[in-house]
Amino acid sequence: MRMWSAMRADRRRLLLAGFLGFLASASAVALLGTSGWLISFAAEMPPVLALGVAAVLVRTFALTRSVFRYAERLVGHDAAFRGLTRLREDVYARLERLAPVGLARFTRGDLLSRLVADVDTALDLPLRVVLPWAQAVAVSVGTVAFLLWLNPGAGVATAIALALGLTLVPWLVARLAARAEARLAPLRGEVSSTVVASLAGSSDLLAYGATGAALQRVRAVDDELTAVARRESASLGVSAGLGIVLQGVAVVAALALAMPAVTSGQLEPVWLAVVALVPLAAYDLLTTLPASALALQRVRASAARVVEVIDSPLPVADPVDRLGPPVAPYAVGVRDLRARWSPDSPLTLHGIDLAVAPGERIGIVGPSGAGKSTLAAVLLGFLSYDGAVVVGGREIREVDGDDLRTCVTLLTQDAHVFDTTIEANLRLGDAHADHDEMLRMLERVGLHSWLEQQPDGLATQVGSGGVTMSGGERQRLALARLLLAHRPIMVFDEPTEHLDPATADALTDVLLEVTEGTSTVLITHRLRDLDRLDRIVVLISGEVVASGTHEELLAEDGWYADRWRAETEQADLAALTASIPAGTAIRRSSR
Amino acid sequence: MKPLDPRLLRYARSTRGFVIITVLLGVVMAVLVIISARLLSTAIVEVAQGRADLATSIPVLLGLLAIISARAVIAWISEALAYRTSARAKAELREAALDHILTLGPTGPASVDPGRVATLLTRGIDALDAYYARYLPQLFLAMIVPIAVIATVIGFDLVSALIIAITLPIIVVFMILIGLYTRTRVDRQWQTLSRLSGHFLDLIAGLPTLKVLGRAKKQAQAIGDIGDRYRSTTMGVLRVSFLSSFALELLASLSVALVAVTIGVRLVEGGIAFSTALFILILAPEAYLPLRMVGQHFHAAAEGLGAADEVFTLLEQPVPATGDRTDIPARPSVLIEGLTVTYPGRESPALHPTTFTIDPGEVTAVVGPSGGGKSTVLRVLLGLIAPSGGRVLVRGMTAGDGVRDVDLTELAPEHWRTRIGWVPQEPHLVSPATTGATTVADAVRLGRPDASIEDIRAALDAAGVRDEIESLPDGVRTVIGEGGSGLSAGQVRRVALARALIRPVDLLLLDEPTAALDGASEAAVISALRAAAQSGVAVVVVAHRPALIEIADAVVHVGAPDLTERLSPTERELLAAEAQVDRSARGTLTGSGW
Repeated sequence: MRMWSAMRADRRRLLLAGFLGFLASASAVALLGTSGWLISFAAEMPPVLALGVAAVLVRTFALTRSVFRYAERLVGHDAAFRGLTRLREDVYARLERLAPVGLARFTRGDLLSRLVADVDTALDLPLRVVLPWAQAVAVSVGTVAFLLWLNPGAGVATAIALALGLTLVPWLVARLAARAEARLAPLRGEVSSTVVASLAGSSDLLAYGATGAALQRVRAVDDELTAVARRESASLGVSAGLGIVLQGVAVVAALALAMPAVTSGQLEPVWLAVVALVPLAAYDLLTTLPASALALQRVRASAARVVEVIDSPLPVADPVDRLGPPVAPYAVGVRDLRARWSPDSPLTLHGIDLAVAPGERIGIVGPSGAGKSTLAAVLLGFLSYDGAVVVGGREIREVDGDDLRTCVTLLTQDAHVFDTTIEANLRLGDAHADHDEMLRMLERVGLHSWLEQQPDGLATQVGSGGVTMSGGERQRLALARLLLAHRPIMVFDEPTEHLDPATADALTDVLLEVTEGTSTVLITHRLRDLDRLDRIVVLISGEVVASGTHEELLAEDGWYADRWRAETEQADLAALTASIPAGTAIRRSSR
Repeated sequence: MKPLDPRLLRYARSTRGFVIITVLLGVVMAVLVIISARLLSTAIVEVAQGRADLATSIPVLLGLLAIISARAVIAWISEALAYRTSARAKAELREAALDHILTLGPTGPASVDPGRVATLLTRGIDALDAYYARYLPQLFLAMIVPIAVIATVIGFDLVSALIIAITLPIIVVFMILIGLYTRTRVDRQWQTLSRLSGHFLDLIAGLPTLKVLGRAKKQAQAIGDIGDRYRSTTMGVLRVSFLSSFALELLASLSVALVAVTIGVRLVEGGIAFSTALFILILAPEAYLPLRMVGQHFHAAAEGLGAADEVFTLLEQPVPATGDRTDIPARPSVLIEGLTVTYPGRESPALHPTTFTIDPGEVTAVVGPSGGGKSTVLRVLLGLIAPSGGRVLVRGMTAGDGVRDVDLTELAPEHWRTRIGWVPQEPHLVSPATTGATTVADAVRLGRPDASIEDIRAALDAAGVRDEIESLPDGVRTVIGEGGSGLSAGQVRRVALARALIRPVDLLLLDEPTAALDGASEAAVISALRAAAQSGVAVVVVAHRPALIEIADAVVHVGAPDLTERLSPTERELLAAEAQVDRSARGTLTGSGW
């Protein structure tokens, strides 16, 4: 169990918590035991003063039981959270090597839930599994030892009941719950997908008057689910009853076995109540164990989901020769490049050749699935490849990834804006940039007037994922951050995807302006403004099918020219729209 | 949080019977607890005082076992019953909510955040299991058992009864006070906490960006720092929030200790019998136990009730009133006058004032920028969205003794919709059947439930998708998954178009019907639309391709009024002329009469 090793980081605190918990649990047993003895002794009518010690003990145990429990919970949680931090560090360190290509097979939502919610579940391991079990075992051993000394028969009876309560009951409950879950989960999934389908298609259902049918559909699967849940309810409810029976049997058996000893004078009568009450109190501590068996199942499932992520194969091997970082002049040379997105997927690049001279700007265009993003991943050192890719005089497979990225950088469609200030976001590009430099960059990317509207200027918080910003503003901020990093080679992978046409045009304009003189690779499927680039390469199905200037490609009448015509049509439509006042109609003048 | 929300009884009817039975079981349980304490103390005392040995105690011990077994059975029944009720109640809530959401229509909660609603209706209300199975039964026990215990103890020893009767309310009052005192502090700290836990999520989500910037390794240290702050803040919260359970445990154990010590002293003085004393000692902790359990399960229960509360809020959203007129004339014209739509909670309108007429036998093209309200116009015409301003008038309705234009809101929406075929931008292929998988044929049959398989093939043909569907292994009986999976996006659209074309309608509303289609398919769709218009149907089509404009009899521009609206007529004329020149220069739309 690998998650456990990180959670064990703080062994001393965890041990302390366990010890405090043991004291609390032992106090609970001792409280009832001492009370029973006190009353039995008092029944023999000794002088009142003789009760003194027992009376003090009773009050002390009442106090220590709750004080130690409170302390245990605080120390235990403290240790667990320390372990969680360690675990997060471990997971992050591993992810850092995998991202982004090694994580591509997980959807974003799935990945975040595995790495945040599932990692957090590790807290249950010390708090809900280890500590309760350790205490229950320790107190059971103590109780049994004490009873064995008092009366062997009672001791053995209690030992059996407690042993069953420690093992069989939690195992059985967890087993039954797992069985019920295995039967319920598929139906629950079916209900869920039927509900989701009805919600997603609600407009279609309403428009075609079929909401009744959809409701009946949900009702039918829900009825099935309810029927199975009814059948499983008996086994789910069994844990409550099992505990009570075992506890009762333990008490009665201990009592029955100790009775002859009292009658024969081997055991003083004052101890009989103790023999009955101590197992009663001890078993109380075992009532949480079925729940902790379930918690253990949950932790294991979560751990498996996390391990599946962090054990993904590394997308790039570490360099063997370890050349230093690329050196000037910063040219890019690609020869016979073949690459695939993951080891078991087909090739997406079938031997392409490409050259970018220092300061040259080229466009890579083509339909989706042409291998454009694979090329970007290779250039950034995120993906292993066959063939040759030379950046700044170095074959990049022999360059450490971080060294390579001091030279090549990338802007994608979903550059992340961190939930902090504008300044802190920019500082990720250059930790030592001063305010003037930042303001200059924001002005270059056209965010100057936006910044002026921000209440706290550079110190304004942008919110989670940059929610306070529009899509275009986010991309511009990411661009400014990248420019602050001053990398000699810049790669853009569909930077305007998800933006509306006007915003996309404006961003493309800014982007082409600020990269003037920098070696640039612009991957896009929009052709507008590409005539400002030095050269355009058309990539289809992993192969370079054409290359040249905008004019040359238009003359060739291939994919590029087709695509250009389609974009022009859109422009025509926009022009027609603009000639009609908004909110009104024009009628055909002639047919 | 209300311990038992009365709305739960109203909306999840199976809860009612459950509450009654659980209370009855609770009463039986309390009696059994008292009897078993009595039997246990008797068995001990008789032997300890030498009045009995094992042989004579056997009937008492067997009785004790029987009572304990009965307690176990009741605990079992009660929990099993809770799981059954919970399953039923969840289904009831789910169906009621879904029904209501579908009635509220697309401006309701489902359109605001469909993912959230779906999660609420499935995993969200699953948290009710803990509420029913653990919390509610303990809550009833916490009300019944202490009263039963006190009532019993009064009969034996007034002092002990008083100690229990006084400490119990004190515990409750203390817990409420501590809860109130700590709530604002806890709330404040939870806010810091959720911010801190958001940091880790932020780092993971931004990992590719950090790596590109060469910052990823340095951030590892930040995780440690954030983790430390997260922990210290959490501990701050926990120190406070553990206080209430600390107070509960402390007071409960101290009162048991107090009972034990006072009884002990009076035993010595001979003021009480040994058997009574032991009986009270065994019984006293039972009075506090259910209360401790309630505290233990409070959080799990709160989660379920929180989800239920969200469902209730949803159920209590009023359904907008609808009209009831069904005497709609054949092939009506529809007049749209200054129509605007502003979605609830939004500031800027989704649709700016728009005026145009839809006439039978004509194709009306709707153009405008994305997000300008084109799809909204279609949804208003369908009666899925109510206008915020302006009107939609259906012409030629009878009124009194004359003929008049009648507002769309006066018509019965389900009746009006039988006259409309609609292809939304992202169609969902759903079946009119109540069970079974959805096939392509089912999806088309939604448009006309009595359609024969030949009608369906003809409609698919008109939509230009018949050959593609019939080349699939199962042809029109191909099963389509959620959201139309198994078909390409273009095929889903054309099947949805077939669904609209098969419907005997007066009005066709089509949202970009030729998106994702190649040239040949587009031509097929366009000729189908032209044929529909020629047969007298009014066709309204949101157009994003010039080919659709070419068959249009009128073009409506839907969008925000821009600067040109504020220009003088001369300036506007100049701009229009410029646009005309621009268009002729580009060429594709010239010569089509625009």
